[in-house]
Amino acid sequence: MKKFFYCICAIWLFVCALSAQTKPVAFINARIIPIVGQPIDKGVLVVQNGKILAIGAAGSVTIPSGAVTIDAVGKVIMPGIVDSHSHILEPAGGDASGPIQPDVRVLDSLNVNSTSLRRAQAGGITTANVMPGSGHLDSGQTMYLKLRDGANKIEDLEILDKDGKYMGGIKFANGTNSIRAGGGTFPGTRAKSAALVRDQFIKAQEYRDKIKKAAGDPTKMPARDLAMEALVEVLDGKRVIHWHTHRHDDIVTVLRLQKESGFRVVLHHVSEAWKVADEIAKAKVPCSIILIDSPGGKLETAEIKLENAAVLEKAGVLTGFHTDDPITDSRWLMRTAGLAVRAGMSRDAALFGLTMANAKILDLGDRIGSLEKGKDADFILLSGDPLSVYTHVLETWVEGRKVFDRSNPRDYLVAVGGYGASNDRYVDDDEEDKDGGNE
Amino acid sequence: MKNEKLKTRNVFLIGLFLFIFHFSLATANGQIAVKGETVWTMAGEPISNGVVLVNNGKIEAVGPQSSVQIPANYKVISAKVVTPGLIDAHTVIGLNGYLNQPHDQMALEGSGPLQPELRAIDAYNSDEKLIEWVRQFGVTTIHTGHQPSALISGQTMIAKTTGKDVDEATLVPTAMIAVTLGEDSLAAQGKSPGTRAKEMSMLRAELIKAQENSKKTDAPKDLRSDIMVRVIKREIPLLITANKAQDIMTALRLAKEFNLKIVLDGAAEAQLLLKEIKASGFPVIVHPTMARANGDEMSLSMEDAAKLKAAGIPVALQSGYEGYVPKTRVVLFEAAMAAANGLSQRDALALVTIDAAKILGLDARIGSLEKGKDADLAMYDGDPFEWTSHCTGTIINGQVVSDVVR
Repeated sequence: MKKFFYCICAIWLFVCALSAQTKPVAFINARIIPIVGQPIDKGVLVVQNGKILAIGAAGSVTIPSGAVTIDAVGKVIMPGIVDSHSHILEPAGGDASGPIQPDVRVLDSLNVNSTSLRRAQAGGITTANVMPGSGHLDSGQTMYLKLRDGANKIEDLEILDKDGKYMGGIKFANGTNSIRAGGGTFPGTRAKSAALVRDQFIKAQEYRDKIKKAAGDPTKMPARDLAMEALVEVLDGKRVIHWHTHRHDDIVTVLRLQKESGFRVVLHHVSEAWKVADEIAKAKVPCSIILIDSPGGKLETAEIKLENAAVLEKAGVLTGFHTDDPITDSRWLMRTAGLAVRAGMSRDAALFGLTMANAKILDLGDRIGSLEKGKDADFILLSGDPLSVYTHVLETWVEGRKVFDRSNPRDYLVAVGGYGASNDRYVDDDEEDKDGGNE
Repeated sequence: MKNEKLKTRNVFLIGLFLFIFHFSLATANGQIAVKGETVWTMAGEPISNGVVLVNNGKIEAVGPQSSVQIPANYKVISAKVVTPGLIDAHTVIGLNGYLNQPHDQMALEGSGPLQPELRAIDAYNSDEKLIEWVRQFGVTTIHTGHQPSALISGQTMIAKTTGKDVDEATLVPTAMIAVTLGEDSLAAQGKSPGTRAKEMSMLRAELIKAQENSKKTDAPKDLRSDIMVRVIKREIPLLITANKAQDIMTALRLAKEFNLKIVLDGAAEAQLLLKEIKASGFPVIVHPTMARANGDEMSLSMEDAAKLKAAGIPVALQSGYEGYVPKTRVVLFEAAMAAANGLSQRDALALVTIDAAKILGLDARIGSLEKGKDADLAMYDGDPFEWTSHCTGTIINGQVVSDVVR
């Protein structure tokens, strides 16, 4: 009998989940910050099948009949936050065998059950670029993830490009993190660091030439080489380099290498960007930056400035924010934007930096980062202004499904911390909101 | 010859100029009226359109502008919000520097697990950049010292975030003895302490020795014994960093056994032991609100400060110890996050002003804006806790020590 009951329940849940796929959900009366376009004081957002169906001021949007209407009066809705540099899900890339390991995929290391995923959802993050560390010149391939709920394998979080391939970039670093004095094959100086990287790109060009020459003839193809294959993707502009770099001279070195090999690159951290902002702007290279509570902690961040964000904005550089979680916690990326405004950035640029700038940095500008018709229904409900300390993320939605709800005690625990908050996901915890809150 | 004379005259003139300049600055800064649209005195309700008169390093008067007469020769500074200078109840800056290189990391001596004789004042660099950094956010007093990474890592001190050297900065040369329980004070493989139980056996042995020495008239004179006897005599409290629930209980057990004065530090799992901590009567300097939830601090909650406060336990907030980036937190930001997580603005501000002063035993001198207290003030252009507000100035002992907009 009990079994029968559970069975019925399961069927009911399944039906709910199915109907949730088709039933539109309309949020009304919220202040909506669409990022692209002006804020709407009394806005309507309609989502269906994981996409944004309509957005606009009350009265200008027709709410489809049969839509579930949610009154979000007093709340703020903005696009889900995009983190362009994170280490959630316990990523691991290259090992000690060498300084350049383009063959290594972070995909093969990620733990979807890690509590860090839930913390990021609690912070309103809906998309993240998860990367291996910076202890190598190239520590491997990164992965762009949608922070969906109920994942039990990394494939459940992947973002596919139009060819059906999961998306990601590749992590590079220069400066002191990747230098290991007496470290065998690792570089001991900055010049050696640059030389090793240039050398690899020359090899990759040769590898690519061989493939071209083979013109599809399998007998003439070079032997498969995972490292070279990844670097050819880089040379072809299909895989963006996310380059950890701090000091002004290291930043300029990246720009020099970029000019030489023609790859697409995003500068990460860029602690001394304020010294070379014009050079960065001239190279038309975007930046993904972090703001930290005090300068230092290591030599290369001795001259980091909170003003970095404002300086880059003024120079016209596309600038996004990142957590570098665990350097800053995924729950507080909005704080970074607040600190950027504190140090002179405009509000608009700061909100753009949390969302659309990072979407562009991850080649996802046409799918996420703003609330526009047809884009993914990734958005957050806030209790107030996104840049205020007093504001909490109330709900996080990914592709039309609620993945975080502050009113749910379990989610609340993750948001504020406490005993049990840091435990990895327990297996049966998703049954209750399988329908993604579309009930 | 002629050149030399000229040089002498120039040196003299420059000297005279500097003397006059210094004198005029001192006069100008000596008597200040700080006006605030809101003045958080932390002694009673905040005052709307208030003014704080500063004279000769002390607070001369506090009240509404309508009732406090500003003398004509006082320099007037205006701000949206005025608070007492902030107090960071536990940090390691000054001993640890911002570069994080061996030469500027002086908060941990690795040669042994029990070194209570190590004085913080012998390692404090008043010129450290991180001190200037927190001063620019309104922090005027810090309780700093040896870091929580050894069973007894050394002494702590209390200093103003100004002063040309340690003597000028110091308020209390030996404030507490830093004790750390749990994982963070375990020694390297093969060395003691290698377990929590061993930590306590070593600590208890040390305190028993001190107990015996305190009764002898011919006790051996050595630095370690001298300071531990002062602990046994309740002259100096132990600052016990204990985050896990079992470590907090261990600290309370230890205090009871030796009748010690202690201050609980960190206390990430205090949320589970509110009754026990309250009954002990000991105060808590709680972990930074945004501390990373890992290691012994895995279960910390951003609401811990609020929960301790609600339980009636004396509580202050700290920036803590950071091993990497950022090298220090700013206690203003940590208080801000506490204000967003269960505390009122007033109670959150108290964590870094008057309540901190009380736990440090300095509330007669700092922590609130009251007549006769040190003229330590912080000024803001809006709600001090908002990320987008700025600290517009800091005054310590009646001197404007920062006027950058931060």
